[in-house]
Amino acid sequence: MTTTNTTHALHDAATPATPSFLQSSWLVAEREVRMKLRSKAFLISTGILMLVVLGSILIGGLVGGNEEATKVAVTGDSAAAVQGQQGLDVTEVATAEEAEALVRAGDVVAAILPDDSTALGIIVVADSETPTGLLQQLSITPPVALLDGDAQNPFLAYLVAIAFGVVFFASAMTFGSTIAQSVVEEKQTRVVEILMSAVPVRALLAGKVLGNSILAFGQIAMITALAIIGLTITGQSELLSVLGAPVLWFVVFFVLGFVLLAALFAATGSMVSRVEDIGSTTTPVTMLVMIPYFLVIFFYDNPVVLGIMSYVPFSAPVGMPVRLFLGDAQWWEPLLSLVILAVTALGTIVLGSKIYENSLLKLGGTVKWRDALTH
Amino acid sequence: MLTLTDVTKTYGSRRALDAVSFDVAPGRMTGFVGGNGAGKTTAMRIILGVLSSDSGSVTLDGRPLSAEARRRFGYMPEERGLYPKMKVEEQLVYLARLHGFTASAAQKKAERLLDRLGLGERRGDLVESLSLGNQQRAQIAASLVHEPDVLVLDEPFSGLDPMAVDTVVGVLSDYAAAGIPVLFSSHQLDIVERLCDDLVIIAGGQIRANGPREQLREQYSSRRYELHVAGDAGWVREVPGVTVVDFHGGDTIFEVDSEDTAQAVLRDAVARGPVTSYSRQRPSLAQIFKEVVA
Repeated sequence: MTTTNTTHALHDAATPATPSFLQSSWLVAEREVRMKLRSKAFLISTGILMLVVLGSILIGGLVGGNEEATKVAVTGDSAAAVQGQQGLDVTEVATAEEAEALVRAGDVVAAILPDDSTALGIIVVADSETPTGLLQQLSITPPVALLDGDAQNPFLAYLVAIAFGVVFFASAMTFGSTIAQSVVEEKQTRVVEILMSAVPVRALLAGKVLGNSILAFGQIAMITALAIIGLTITGQSELLSVLGAPVLWFVVFFVLGFVLLAALFAATGSMVSRVEDIGSTTTPVTMLVMIPYFLVIFFYDNPVVLGIMSYVPFSAPVGMPVRLFLGDAQWWEPLLSLVILAVTALGTIVLGSKIYENSLLKLGGTVKWRDALTH
Repeated sequence: MLTLTDVTKTYGSRRALDAVSFDVAPGRMTGFVGGNGAGKTTAMRIILGVLSSDSGSVTLDGRPLSAEARRRFGYMPEERGLYPKMKVEEQLVYLARLHGFTASAAQKKAERLLDRLGLGERRGDLVESLSLGNQQRAQIAASLVHEPDVLVLDEPFSGLDPMAVDTVVGVLSDYAAAGIPVLFSSHQLDIVERLCDDLVIIAGGQIRANGPREQLREQYSSRRYELHVAGDAGWVREVPGVTVVDFHGGDTIFEVDSEDTAQAVLRDAVARGPVTSYSRQRPSLAQIFKEVVA
């Protein structure tokens, strides 16, 4: 636009070029990030989340690594029977009587003594209970060939499923509610009228979604990095090697999944006029975040539920990585699910920006769904 | 020239604006006056495009307003709006950057504007920590920071103390003097009277009076005159066609039945002795307002 006649007198520079859609969105995103990083509550809660992640990895490492060795007493004649056995803390004594005394005193769990009358040539002498664990260690078991060699320890699978569920839930809720609040704050303080006269409404929405997605992605990336470092330090690199790929997929799914939710949070947030009323329109979206969390807790071992979850856009960020971890998914499945998620996210952004545009200037009450969707 | 033509807006069964037409000329301060609910804010929001009209048009220099042109407007909404948790200067820089200024240019403009409006010392304070009057100044700064081509300000003077009013009046006058159309609404008729070049009076969604201030005062002045003479002015009572309203020695206020009678009184007065002053009484803005709105 050309400035006319005398207006230059007050303008010491030519009228600046209108920023592009991307530039505008980026400015809005930058503000979102800056304001969030300035919030003490946010920084503290992020710190706590990080500590919880680090703590659970360290505790997991300690519990897993320090299985206490079973204390046993042997005499010179029976020492050969325990040779090469893992997990035994062997005390060698001179006589069978000394060994039995140690058992009675509780210094050892059992004594392993020579006995020619048994088939193995030894006898296990314990105090009042049969030491089952020790017997298993001493038993000879035939070798086993597993047809499904990749299957994971079910307890570990449960933990991993819950971890994905919790991280997705926590991040989506934190940044989802942030975006909804930020939208309502602008509406409530009427700053939106000034913003709308400066930038296109869509750039405003895009900037909010972008800014909060960057924050959410940053948090997830930090948690992932922390988990990898933690697992490496505590010597759980075996777990890391099976978790690596699912975690990377989780991050990819999370980014798209969050954009989808962010658009919904922004749209539903824009429908109310006061921060106190946010719940009245964002509840359905909150449900969409909570359902996959609960499903994965209750059905982590149900392949049918997980299979469905891994394709439904709202739960795919949790469902698909869990299936990948369990080794249940074919190589093309995450790609297909990702395409479905991306298409849904795109559709949601279009729908969300319509609701947002229709609701942003309707001050006073709560906008009805019908009014928000039609114009 | 910003022009509204037959702008109409209806809320349900209530007609908020009824074929509203007026101009805001470049380089002139146009005061927009009306009672509560008269339609000032609705009209301003329609000008800014944050509200759509049912019919009618808003043009700038004859061209319909595009979103692009509106970006060059400076707007102060009726309901004050700034981010409460942002610092004053940071907020202005943000707004200027949204309008396309580089970070350093935006910074420079924000600083200069804050100094100009007497908020220089508060630039690092959060908006929510400012007094209402200072928040108001920050709001005015927010509408000016991108060096707009048109200014539309809803009640820019409400809540300001007399010194702050003078500061803001000075700033706005500079903008008008630079050739920018300035439209502002106010309840404070004395300020409008002092400040505006043109006047638009709205009531019940209809424009009741509209034009240059002096022309309106002329138009709405009654046939009332004020005479000051050295001697006693009691004789005025005797002039045919004159009704004396107020009389005090040599000072008298009277109404006449025609322009000729008024001239006759002046000739008579000059013949009788020295005349200190003789003038037609012009109504104040408040009087005109009451008359046209009634």
